[in-house]
Amino acid sequence: MTTATARISRPGHNAANPAREAKSRERALAWARRAPLLPALVFLILVTQLPFVATLVISFMNWNSLSPDKTAFAGLENYATVLTDPDLRQAIFTTILLTVSVVLISLLIGLGLALLLDKKFLGRGLARTLLIAPFLVVPVAAALIWKHALLNPTFGLINGVLTWVWSLFGSAEAPQLDLLSQAPMMAVILSLVWQWTPFMMLILLAGLQSRPMDTVEAAQMDGATPWGIFRHLTLPHLRQYLELGGLLGAIYIVQNFDAVFTLTAGGLGTANLPYAIYQTFYFANEYGLASAAGVVVVIGTIIVATFALRTVFSLFKKEAAR
Amino acid sequence: MSTLTPAAPQNSGPARPTSPTALNTGSRAARRRGKARMDPTRNNTAAGIAAWLLALLFAVPVLWMVLTSFHSETDAATNPPSVAANLTLDAYREFFGETSGVSPWPSLINSATASILSTVLVLLLAFPAAYALSIRPVKKWTDVMFFFLSTKMMPVVAAILPLYLFARTVGALDNIWFLILMYTSMNLPIAVWMMRSFLAEVPEEMLEAAQIDGANLLLILRKIIAPVAMPGIAATALICFIFSWNELLLARVLTGVVAGTAPVFLTGFVSGQGLFLAKVCAAAVVISLPVLFAGFAAQDKLVQGLSLGAVK
Repeated sequence: MTTATARISRPGHNAANPAREAKSRERALAWARRAPLLPALVFLILVTQLPFVATLVISFMNWNSLSPDKTAFAGLENYATVLTDPDLRQAIFTTILLTVSVVLISLLIGLGLALLLDKKFLGRGLARTLLIAPFLVVPVAAALIWKHALLNPTFGLINGVLTWVWSLFGSAEAPQLDLLSQAPMMAVILSLVWQWTPFMMLILLAGLQSRPMDTVEAAQMDGATPWGIFRHLTLPHLRQYLELGGLLGAIYIVQNFDAVFTLTAGGLGTANLPYAIYQTFYFANEYGLASAAGVVVVIGTIIVATFALRTVFSLFKKEAAR
Repeated sequence: MSTLTPAAPQNSGPARPTSPTALNTGSRAARRRGKARMDPTRNNTAAGIAAWLLALLFAVPVLWMVLTSFHSETDAATNPPSVAANLTLDAYREFFGETSGVSPWPSLINSATASILSTVLVLLLAFPAAYALSIRPVKKWTDVMFFFLSTKMMPVVAAILPLYLFARTVGALDNIWFLILMYTSMNLPIAVWMMRSFLAEVPEEMLEAAQIDGANLLLILRKIIAPVAMPGIAATALICFIFSWNELLLARVLTGVVAGTAPVFLTGFVSGQGLFLAKVCAAAVVISLPVLFAGFAAQDKLVQGLSLGAVK
């Protein structure tokens, strides 16, 4: 009897099992797929998300490490200070001015260079290599070169060349610039445009070279002018690449620390938020205030980033569809 | 005769994992496109001259840096500039501490350690992750991709204070290993994006064929994925190396005398006075050399890498 029941129950047992087995196998498979991803994901959450949560918490606290006994909950006080303190407000303004001007100018010059390099001419490869060089100098080193070797008012190359050119015409009264003390913001922008133009040029050149040439040729046959082709074919095609370059550039330049630190040490209204935050916590020991300013940067970045993500996403989908 | 040709691929020609035809079609098509674009009828002399002038203008600061580093201090600081002055290695001797006794070597070694080890860690973490996002993708893999990217958009300054306090509490300040972990997290999202785009270039058919042949994962990785994706992986490594080597803010806050990196060493020249221009240039040249080499080595894949794979 027992053997009989066992035999009878078997088919039913078997019918239930494959379904469950299939499900657990599916789950195991899903985890097997996820497994290679997990180390990177967990590591990144631990090292980037956790500290930011801590920053959020500290931003609501009154915490100066020089007077630790006064540490207390401060509510929105730090945020009020960030938005009302003249220095920090100036830093917000400087960050926006620096980011927008560097991105726009380097995009424009980068576009011009990309259009030139898109044509075939003698030594194009070498010219392209020379143009990439500024991007491949360590940023601190580049800022030092600009500060001491190029912009120095007494023996910098720029003033040196002015003296030389004027002396060619027999004049000893060459105009001499002192950007570092008279227009420090311009000095910072100049050095950053120099470093970031190659980046923009590379992205735009890749965009130009992915342009469908048959439509351009058809337009040429139809008698379209070069300007018309640029305006109605090239520019619309480049739009996405312009956006991508601009937004990736913006993400890096918002965070710039090296150039401001090296060229002007944040003096004369050139302190951007990263530099101001560094000073607030590293030298003034105002941990709460520095954290609130950090959160403000993140909010600003999120606004820019939503646009950036959308652009990257549209290019990304195009590529995935290919 | 033409009826015979469709039969030929049955020798599993294109399905073979190491088949050169499958690998080369992409680049060959690109080359063909490139040829069609080179319009010989157009006269590009003007564009060429303009491009060359601008290229030289952009390169002048770099060339001037190199030239000045080979001048003596007195020749370096003249107005107008002494372009044709005698060349000397004095500035390099000075930079390496001949008279001051302050050697840049510890900082260069720290930079190399931090950059190389963090790059190795990044590759070890990013390669499996990129595999799980392209070749055998998890569900909702696009969401995961954008999570990775979003962490890169958070400015370092927004997390640096807790990291600094943590390091101070556990005694990890001025420790190169803590900096290595920071650089790993800094570059990991970029590396995942780049590697995904390079792994996605491995043709689907090659993977399928290998699986039907019963090749195991390691074999697939070695024989199929590695050959196709290797240039991309190498470029990813070089770009991560560059970003780590260049980094200043984290290094300045988290390190000091022992673990200070080359950019931190360079900040010693920020407010220098007197005749030291040639020495600054020599320092800038020496410290930029690894980046220049890495950058030119990765030149072909630089755009794809820097645009996170969005631009080919």
